[in-house]
Amino acid sequence: MAKEEKKSSVTEHAEKKEKKKNSSYISGKESRKISRFNRKLTKKLENDRANANKDPALYTTKMRDPNNVVEFDNMCTYFFTDIGTVKAVDGISFDIPKCSTVGVVGESGCGKSVTSLSLMQLLPRPTGQTVGGEIRFNIGNGEALNIVNTPTSKMMEIRGNRVSMIFQEPMTSLNPVFRIGAQVDEVIKLHNPDMSDEDVKNRTLDMLELVGIANKEGVYRMYPHELSGGMRQRVMIAIALACSPELIIADEPTTALDVTIQAQILDLLSDLKNKINSSIMLITHDLGVVASMADYVVVMYAGRVVEKGTAEDIFHHPAHPYTIGLMRSKPVVGKKVDELYNIPGSVPNPVDMPNYCYFRDRCEMQCDRCSGAYPPEIRISDTHVVSCYRFFDEGEVLGYPHPVNVEEL
Amino acid sequence: MLKFTIKRLLISVVILFFVMFIVYALMYSLPTSYMEKTARELSQKPGSLKSAQEWLAELNAQYGMDKGLIGGFLVWLKSAAVGNFGDSWQWTDSVTNVFHDCIWYSFALGLICFILEVVIAIPLGVLAAKKQYSITDYAVTVFALIGISMPTFFVATVYKLVLAVKLQDWFGLSKPVFDISGMQGRDYVNLSEVGKFFDVAKHFVLPALTLVTVSIGSLMRYTRTNMLEVLNADYIRTARAKGLSEKKVINYHAFRNTLIPIVTILGGSLPGLFSGALITETLFSIRGIGYRSFHSMVAGDIPFTMFYLSFIAILTLLGNLIADILYAVVDPRVRLN
Repeated sequence: MAKEEKKSSVTEHAEKKEKKKNSSYISGKESRKISRFNRKLTKKLENDRANANKDPALYTTKMRDPNNVVEFDNMCTYFFTDIGTVKAVDGISFDIPKCSTVGVVGESGCGKSVTSLSLMQLLPRPTGQTVGGEIRFNIGNGEALNIVNTPTSKMMEIRGNRVSMIFQEPMTSLNPVFRIGAQVDEVIKLHNPDMSDEDVKNRTLDMLELVGIANKEGVYRMYPHELSGGMRQRVMIAIALACSPELIIADEPTTALDVTIQAQILDLLSDLKNKINSSIMLITHDLGVVASMADYVVVMYAGRVVEKGTAEDIFHHPAHPYTIGLMRSKPVVGKKVDELYNIPGSVPNPVDMPNYCYFRDRCEMQCDRCSGAYPPEIRISDTHVVSCYRFFDEGEVLGYPHPVNVEEL
Repeated sequence: MLKFTIKRLLISVVILFFVMFIVYALMYSLPTSYMEKTARELSQKPGSLKSAQEWLAELNAQYGMDKGLIGGFLVWLKSAAVGNFGDSWQWTDSVTNVFHDCIWYSFALGLICFILEVVIAIPLGVLAAKKQYSITDYAVTVFALIGISMPTFFVATVYKLVLAVKLQDWFGLSKPVFDISGMQGRDYVNLSEVGKFFDVAKHFVLPALTLVTVSIGSLMRYTRTNMLEVLNADYIRTARAKGLSEKKVINYHAFRNTLIPIVTILGGSLPGLFSGALITETLFSIRGIGYRSFHSMVAGDIPFTMFYLSFIAILTLLGNLIADILYAVVDPRVRLN
């Protein structure tokens, strides 16, 4: 009896192994085929990009709403890797209104950072490509640039000047061999070539003061290794703010910092936002941070937006089962629980996404419609949009995300 | 920094003492003894009244080799400390004269190769890293690996065949473009001073080409690897996010960081400028230090070998010190207060 049990467990183990092997194993033939396809496609996309800068009409468009700084419209960013096409961001749409903070939340690998890198055109090319949709960036007078095919030369005027970025890792984000002053000066000088060196230096010192560095003259002459993580993040913020950009992308700005410094940096950011009238796209997986900072919240899951709305909508009336799960899984002060809730299951394989709702297999609120195609965006109040079939009959259906068929490119 | 330098120099003196002792001990216990060889020769000369044994004892006494290992070393050290390195046994001239005669050819050859290596390998390495996995990258890598893998004598022979022999046939020239070996042309004595200089320079082309071909690969690969590592760093993404052009990102932000490890390598190659290239010098009959030192060692010429190896040891220590100082220049993180 015991022997048989052992045997069955062995076969079970073998079956498991087989299954595991199947999901990620590709043969040499397949691998070569994928590589060949990737090489051909990325080469074509790079050529298209190189040709696009000849005619400004190809990359200028109109904003849907002139009060937005950035509009993502069905943007698709794919990575052409050796194991297949990874649809990191697959048809997301959301807006960043002027002078507001938009929090983008989601778990690791859901495409938050890829969204921001696409907006800056900083994807690791040629592997990573924005293959479809539009990212409209407001340049005033109702005109807009479609970042997806804006040429690099034009992009260089926007980066650091009109859109700037604060990165996750302050310890490694500053160049170790240059002085702090030189690194802040550089971005000011680059976007204001007419400024005298004296003015540039004064502007840098002002910026360092603005981000709460007391010893600004001293820090101006220091190297990054002489500063603590919090101080370096302040310097990064100073660099980001130096040219008064319309949009600041903060990509998990406090993840690498300890809790007290986190609070200081977040206070500083919300303080500065009001001072210089820019929008912030705050990328984080910390719901607490979003609750305290954001006006609007976008919840992402497996490369798609599952729910978006005001902070009030998301935190007090979460509609998507994933958001509800997230809310339930965070600890609440004053509430005693033995074990925190966690969402069962795991994210689907990004190379081979299912053709139904990505969350269905983990969802505890499935309905009959869930076996159908990926759910459309459904408006359930003026500001609140959710992609879930549970609201199919109540809300106004806005439209389905359109993935790009890479074979047709 | 000054304190650091002085401390390092003092440590270097101690290291140098032991290096010299080890070299002396090795030379002393070498199976080929210059004394034995000479004693045997003298005893076999017609009219020699003494046996080889007697000659050996006399020679040992004359050359100060009868005091044993430690005693002999101290005698050598005492005179070397005041700048007297004695006479070379093999070349029958003072050690410094022999050295002076041959070092400048080797130094010229080494310097030319060093400059060419830096000027060619570093930009190529940067280029290969910038266009990783492109045709350029593969082409540069393949040529670098060919250079690394081929032995010097083969490369030299191929160059001789193509440039010194075949080129003349292909273009129907009256005399060869380059000579196969040697340092002077046939009518060297009849040339003017400038003409003599260019004649010697022309004879250095093939050896230099050979040395550059075989040495360029490693520095190029090293540069490429380091550049790739730097290009993946977060601060390069920051530089791009600032709106800097790709050229500025690579040539300014990335290159300054790539320099840090390269400086260590280049500092370490200082003694290489003086150590000569034994194989290449022999193949092209260049009377440089590589050729001389090899023959001195084989003949058991203690004064010359001691002088030469001590000189290289000093240069190595100095090279390391310079590399450390340069390290501090390029990397603010290692600067000492």
